Amino acid sequence: MATRPLFPHEPAERHTLSVLVDNEAGVLGRITGLFSARGYNIESLTVADVSADHAVSRITIVTTGPRRVIDQIHAQLERLVPVHSVTDLTEAGPHVERELALVKVVGKGEARVEALRLADIFRARPVDTTTGSFIFEISGSTQKVDQFIALMREVGLVEVARTGVAAMARGAESA
Amino acid sequence: MSGRDLSGAEILLEALSDLWVEVIFGYPGGAVLPIYDALHRQKRIRHILVRHEQGAVHAAEGYARASGKPGVVLVTSGPGATNAVTGITDALMDSIPVIVITGQVATHLIGTDAFQECDTVGITRHCSKHNYLVKETARLAEVVHEAFHIATSGRPGPVVIDLPKDVQVARARYQRPGAIAHRSYRPKIKGDLAAIAAAAEMLASAERPILYTGGGIINSGPMAAQKLRELADLCGAPVTSTLMGLGAYPASSPQFLGMLGMHGTYEANMAMNQCDLMVCLGARFDDRVTGRLDGFSPGSRKIHVDIDPSSFNKTVRVDLAIEGDVGHVLDDLVKIWKSRGLRPTVAEEWWNRIRGWRAVDCLAFTQAGPEIEPQHAIARLRAATAHLDPIITTEVGQHQMWAAQHFPFEKPNRWLTSGGLGTMGYGLPAAIGAQVAFPTKLVIDIAGEASILMNIQEMSTAVQYRLPVKVFVLNNEYMGMVRQWQDLTYEGRHAESYTEALPDFVKLAEAYGWKGIRIDTADALDAGIAEMLAHAGPVFVDCRVKKHANCFPMIPSGAAHTEMLLSQSDVAGELDTAAEALV
Ligand SMILES: Cc1ncc(C[n+]2csc(CCOP(=O)(O)OP(=O)(O)O)c2C)c(N)n1
Ligand SMILES: [Mg+2]
Repeated sequence: MATRPLFPHEPAERHTLSVLVDNEAGVLGRITGLFSARGYNIESLTVADVSADHAVSRITIVTTGPRRVIDQIHAQLERLVPVHSVTDLTEAGPHVERELALVKVVGKGEARVEALRLADIFRARPVDTTTGSFIFEISGSTQKVDQFIALMREVGLVEVARTGVAAMARGAESA
Repeated sequence: MSGRDLSGAEILLEALSDLWVEVIFGYPGGAVLPIYDALHRQKRIRHILVRHEQGAVHAAEGYARASGKPGVVLVTSGPGATNAVTGITDALMDSIPVIVITGQVATHLIGTDAFQECDTVGITRHCSKHNYLVKETARLAEVVHEAFHIATSGRPGPVVIDLPKDVQVARARYQRPGAIAHRSYRPKIKGDLAAIAAAAEMLASAERPILYTGGGIINSGPMAAQKLRELADLCGAPVTSTLMGLGAYPASSPQFLGMLGMHGTYEANMAMNQCDLMVCLGARFDDRVTGRLDGFSPGSRKIHVDIDPSSFNKTVRVDLAIEGDVGHVLDDLVKIWKSRGLRPTVAEEWWNRIRGWRAVDCLAFTQAGPEIEPQHAIARLRAATAHLDPIITTEVGQHQMWAAQHFPFEKPNRWLTSGGLGTMGYGLPAAIGAQVAFPTKLVIDIAGEASILMNIQEMSTAVQYRLPVKVFVLNNEYMGMVRQWQDLTYEGRHAESYTEALPDFVKLAEAYGWKGIRIDTADALDAGIAEMLAHAGPVFVDCRVKKHANCFPMIPSGAAHTEMLLSQSDVAGELDTAAEALV
């Protein structure tokens, strides 16, 4: 039986949340566990230590859900003791979102030429080459990376690795 | 800086003493032996040896809920920790401040599947407010102080400190830490004044207001209950309470409508449904309270005061949310009301409607013949003990709901029950904890015969520490609440809900060193209760009640407040599958 969502008639939105946390053992588990325990979606999640003294990490989470669920996620994250701040970048206004992908394409002849040509249009760089394969590195918005990957499927894509979204508000302010 | 060189175990006890801890509920084992040895060598902290670690946590909860002070638990690694998990989850759901110290295998053994190793911080991560694995003795004092701060401030809850054995043995300096200024955890205590002023104006212009109060009022402390009375006097609104909030507002007040929700009163639920302004104070719109969400108080504006902002708009959309400690918010609300000279506009017609609902007399019952009606047993127990201002704990089931309905309270901290988790086996250890906090008070666990067996071993704890707790079992020979749902949902097919093979409770009581009393008939009830009260030690009363009584009023799960069943004759038989899927 499919689970019935709590707010079935509200449209899902995609939000990018930037979460600053204490860089301590178990903190990622607290966050991912919160999402699984409460049935929230994670589209992508990235985490890395971002302060000079290694005390604070930034976790960037892309999630989807009705507006009320997004607000719940925000509040539930803030409730966690090691969480310093939660910024809903989608809500806060203009921001930059980037992700990086490595895309391996295998092929010969015409397909290989086409792959290189498409990569050039997308400003993807070959970072490894053999006579039968390329690995391209592409960075940009999720949408751009999605489009590139879709095109590469037609010219011999065999493997993809993506970093997930890193994001930051525009302007001089810092989180 | 000075400070003394102590073992981790000694540092733990020093820190606990500095935090005014007087008692620990615990159970020893290999991974906490250094702490037990240190306990043995000191006199400031008392240890209560329970008989099962779940009992230790419930006892600490009972202690905390009755006294307003945090409860402390000490258990060993592995099975000690896993046995405590139910209690920890219970404390999380009901926002009870407890600190649970668990032993852990030595740090170099963590991750090797060592004897009695379990991933305690992993297991308790989502059933505690916060948890710690302490890897250095030098950090221990700070962690203990911080853990208390987190457990007792903001929305209270359980905090787990996992302490590897080598950390208990290693030595470090103990220095009492200064005030805790946490890097990221800073609960908001004072509410936003502009929002509180807006709330005051909304309340002063409402014609059909209601105050919907919850356990937050009790957690906030005596000031919150006091301010609630003042506000109710000023605004003249009716007051209802959740299961967890009972006692925060005096039940004898003509403004009190009784408990709301699934087994709440007709007047409380109808007033919630038809109010034009609902002021939710320290409650959280639990599904047992709201019933079907789209039918929940459709025409009202809603104000929600909560210290935990994640409770806002979680299931019910509110018009005004005020983040803060409900006691402080009520204090400001009362001040603003007075300084602005606000006057209530509660319509006379609103009270007329309420009088009409009250006239239904939804909790009425008739005791006729020798067979004891469970409500009657509670009413007689209440009549015999009200002047003693008792502390009542409960197990979970019909008896719990009947107690909530028929044992009214005038003061907070007298009613200890497992609301959020609904844990059978809560009542006896909670009563023990409350009795430890108040050795001379009357403490009674109103129990069911099935629930009491879940932590029956704690009778031994009561004997060891001469705790004169009373257990009053409404013995219907059924898991009555399960059977009630089977009556409602499964055409009365009573799958596994008969409590077969019950022990002779009187003999069992005597075997433990308690006094045992059996009450079989209505005419023996008062004498049995008097005999219970006359005995100085612990007493177990096996009160045989009607076997097939069901608890009404009842809002079936998935129904709206207006679809309340008032008596057995309203019961239709089977629910549709959508309703059946709800709990
Ligand atoms: C630990 C636990 N297991 C199962 C349940 C489900 N449950 C709720 S009430 C109940 C029956 C309780 O029976 P009893 O203690 O005799 O109380 P009564 O309803 O008869 O008053 C059960 C099994 C529960 N709440 N807790
Ligand atoms: Mg029973």
